Amino acid sequence: MTAAKVLDVEDLHVSYAGSSRTPLPVVRGVGFSLRRGEVLGLVGESGAGKTATALALLGLLPPGARVSGSVRLLGTELVGLPVRDLARLRGRRIAMVFQDPLAAFNPAQHIGDQIAEALRIHQRPQSARELARGRARELLEGVGVPDPSRIARSYPHELSGGLRQRAMIAMAIANDPDVIVADEPTSALDATVQAQVLDALENARRATGAALLLVSHDLGVIAGAADRVAVMYAGRIVETAPVDALFARPRMPYTLGLLGSVPRLDAAVALTPIPGGPPAPGSAGPGCSFAPRCPLATEACRAGEPEPAGSEGHLAACVRQDALAGRAAADLFPASAPLRRTSPGGAPLLRVAGLTKSFPLPGSSGFRLRRKPAEVRLALEGVDLEVRRGETVALVGESGSGKTSTLMEIIALGAPESGTVEIAGYDTSVLSRADARRLRGSVQILVQDPMASLDPRMRVADIVAEPLHAQRVPKETIAARVPELLRRVGLDVQDAERRPHQFSGGQRQRIALARALAVRPELLLLDEPVSALDVSVQAGILDLLRRLRDERGPACLFVTHDLAVVRQIADRVVVMYGGRTVESGPVTDVFGSPRHPYTRALLSAVPLPDPAAERARARIVLPGEPPGAGERSTGCRFRGRCAVYTALGEERRRCERETPATNGAGPPGEHTSACHFPYDAKGVPARLRPEPEEHPPVR
Amino acid sequence: MVGRLSKRLAHGALLLLFAVFLSYVISSAALSPRAYFEDRQPRPSAATVDHELALLGTDDRTPVLERFGHWSWRAVHGDLGRTVDGGSVNAEFGRRIGVSTRLLLVGTLVGTGLGVLAGLWAAVRRHRLPDRALTVFSFLVLSVPTFVLALLFKEGALWFNQSAGHTVIRYTGERTPGLTGSLATHLKDRAAHLALPAATVALGAVASYSRYQRGATLDVLGSDHLRTAQAKGLTPGRALLRHGLRTSLIPLTTFFSFGFLTLFTGAVFTEEIFGWPGMGSWFMDSAQKGDINSVVAVNLFAAVTVLLAGFVADVLHAVLDPRVRTR
Repeated sequence: MTAAKVLDVEDLHVSYAGSSRTPLPVVRGVGFSLRRGEVLGLVGESGAGKTATALALLGLLPPGARVSGSVRLLGTELVGLPVRDLARLRGRRIAMVFQDPLAAFNPAQHIGDQIAEALRIHQRPQSARELARGRARELLEGVGVPDPSRIARSYPHELSGGLRQRAMIAMAIANDPDVIVADEPTSALDATVQAQVLDALENARRATGAALLLVSHDLGVIAGAADRVAVMYAGRIVETAPVDALFARPRMPYTLGLLGSVPRLDAAVALTPIPGGPPAPGSAGPGCSFAPRCPLATEACRAGEPEPAGSEGHLAACVRQDALAGRAAADLFPASAPLRRTSPGGAPLLRVAGLTKSFPLPGSSGFRLRRKPAEVRLALEGVDLEVRRGETVALVGESGSGKTSTLMEIIALGAPESGTVEIAGYDTSVLSRADARRLRGSVQILVQDPMASLDPRMRVADIVAEPLHAQRVPKETIAARVPELLRRVGLDVQDAERRPHQFSGGQRQRIALARALAVRPELLLLDEPVSALDVSVQAGILDLLRRLRDERGPACLFVTHDLAVVRQIADRVVVMYGGRTVESGPVTDVFGSPRHPYTRALLSAVPLPDPAAERARARIVLPGEPPGAGERSTGCRFRGRCAVYTALGEERRRCERETPATNGAGPPGEHTSACHFPYDAKGVPARLRPEPEEHPPVR
Repeated sequence: MVGRLSKRLAHGALLLLFAVFLSYVISSAALSPRAYFEDRQPRPSAATVDHELALLGTDDRTPVLERFGHWSWRAVHGDLGRTVDGGSVNAEFGRRIGVSTRLLLVGTLVGTGLGVLAGLWAAVRRHRLPDRALTVFSFLVLSVPTFVLALLFKEGALWFNQSAGHTVIRYTGERTPGLTGSLATHLKDRAAHLALPAATVALGAVASYSRYQRGATLDVLGSDHLRTAQAKGLTPGRALLRHGLRTSLIPLTTFFSFGFLTLFTGAVFTEEIFGWPGMGSWFMDSAQKGDINSVVAVNLFAAVTVLLAGFVADVLHAVLDPRVRTR
């Protein structure tokens, strides 16, 4: 690689003002360079200093942050440059794509005008507003936005996340920048949309020839998009390498552990959670900041912070990198046993059939003189699922597909709008008070954000004991059970006296789990329980959930958007699309030979944390946007994005008129799908097979 | 959006009816025009008092709902009744409405405008001298009741005029009676009279709006979209003016509809103290006399202006924020 350097960062330090006037260092001596057309992936867990580094490049850190070191953009030193001069470079030579495109756009201005402004700021003299608007539409078209004229006249809140992020990319490349900094550009998006956005980013980068700094916590995204990778830990870059070398032969124990804790879609593997957590800013010792968690650490590691060393562009800040050679993650870190996939075959515990749920549109309810029938949006249009005793069932789908609504309908223990919910043999629509009370104890829920679900003023012991009090368990029994519960979820007994804010995210999720387990539930509902956690922490929680399952704990219904997590933890999987169950069955069957075209697309959208496999993989990029809650529809809701439907001839009428029923009838729990033309085990769509004789008549 | 706003207007009309009804019933219960007539010297006969009360439609022997029915019937036909002194409420209303509207309008505009500017300035200079000074000023003003503020102003003006040797600041009435001269002279005279009462009404508004605007601006200063504006190449100052100001005004519109009520209450005392013949001083006088019809008329005015302020706030909200415009 001999392209010219466009960005050169040396010894960059960033510190925020701490509460006690001592500056908290969040970036400590970061250095890297970017050549024209190159993609550098910057990975690390939360708090590693990735975003602070990215913002420091453009001088966009919040007031109170102190920056030192050097950032040279095309030879111009940016650190210490007056704001006026910096503003002239921002957006023109170096541009940024932010994580949350809804918050990053001005809510009160048309998208097209915001892009046009990015152009006109840097024009002397400024071109006519109309001319800039026309160019904005071209830019939107360039990032693959359908109907750019309409999108340009839309406000940010009127667009989906994927469209917004592509518009953000269009704005970033408006002035042909030399460097694009993208900070977690796809973290807030669904996997299927993530693929679209990453494509748009790659095309935009090619079109402008810019260098890209891609900041992400997602090793799968990095594996597919980056040429080189820099791994950050506790404010420092601990390893830099070409992407293949980094994933194949990491030289820093942290990188190895990180790679080992990423769940993979292609195989259920033993994950290696890294014990402990990163040091808080400012508390790093004199030595290597990873040494306290590192199984290879020696006295030399604790003596001083190691400098990056290595060869062939593969540098690691580790004095023990030779000792690491040839070792796998499982050799270093305590690995969890892979999931023993047994078929529990227990009695059905939860049965949901034909469940629907609608919400009134805002403004259609409330006081009015003449009652009009309320306009509604259907969140659930027919959900079928079953959970048997002792098994873990994953409920997957894009955001807005109705996963959380399904959980809420189950835990409401009430009468659904239509359809049935049966728990342990009780139909929830006709529960007596006593039965409802009993069931309430036997169904527990764990939500995504543990901090929001834990009362900050209560001690952990009281939090865990609360459901027991509600069930009127005697005080002595409670006193004995709390320590036992804390041990069971991997917390110390002493933690009982502390309060939630004193714990990390992963530990808080453990507290919430202890609370859920306190009343010995039969069914545990989990709503994205690991989505907010870093992978090394996530691996620990997944391991815990798996042990619970092996100990014959509660049956679990696990809502997640992350299919790799499903592979790690679930026995069976239920796929939802637009409020309906479209496919369900054992994980190995559904992932091995998906029948519904949507399931195939969903699976293909998951990036693999393996550069070679990721590059070789064929991706099905779904056109269009995931549907939200919609109006009552006829036929298949997926057909607008379906490749099979597009290829069909006259038969497509069936997809338009008939709502596909679940087929593949067999014993409950077997592989079924709701598609008129499903794929067979060899991955061939049914339409290419000879038509069966008893074809149902088209109505 | 037009549909939504007309719905709001219809709701407003309902609220107005309710407010007028309540004010009629409450003032009928609290005020006693009978006592006012009986206290006259020489004391009129019981029959005379009954006759006067019947003429006013405020005879306390008739059930209050029936009285309200008669009153509303006349009100619908454009007649707000008679005052205890025998004059027409309509005529009094007409004389006073302009005075109060001028004071409220100038007070609101100056108060809101200066409040927003001061809040913006304080947010940009956060934790520095201007911000701290404004904070102290705001809390001082907010903790002093309007009538104390008005009296302080009046005393100050008196002292100032005495030390200057001639009248520089006018503090009584809305204009100099019997003034002759060109339009410019009249305008100057009005402005001189307006300065102190308007300042009294506006000062409270400046204090509270500046606190809200400061908070709203600080939220916007830390927002992602302002950072994006800088990433596009705008300097921080220009980013705030072009993208931050408008979004920071959105939460203020809601506050505006509530804040107007406080401002209105302040104006009532201000009129009384500075001797302005407006709605506020009429309210004070007629409440003392037990003049139910006049009190209800002032309440009608208050209800209309407050609901109107709420409607203006709704329109402003929709203009500023496209997110509420849907449907």
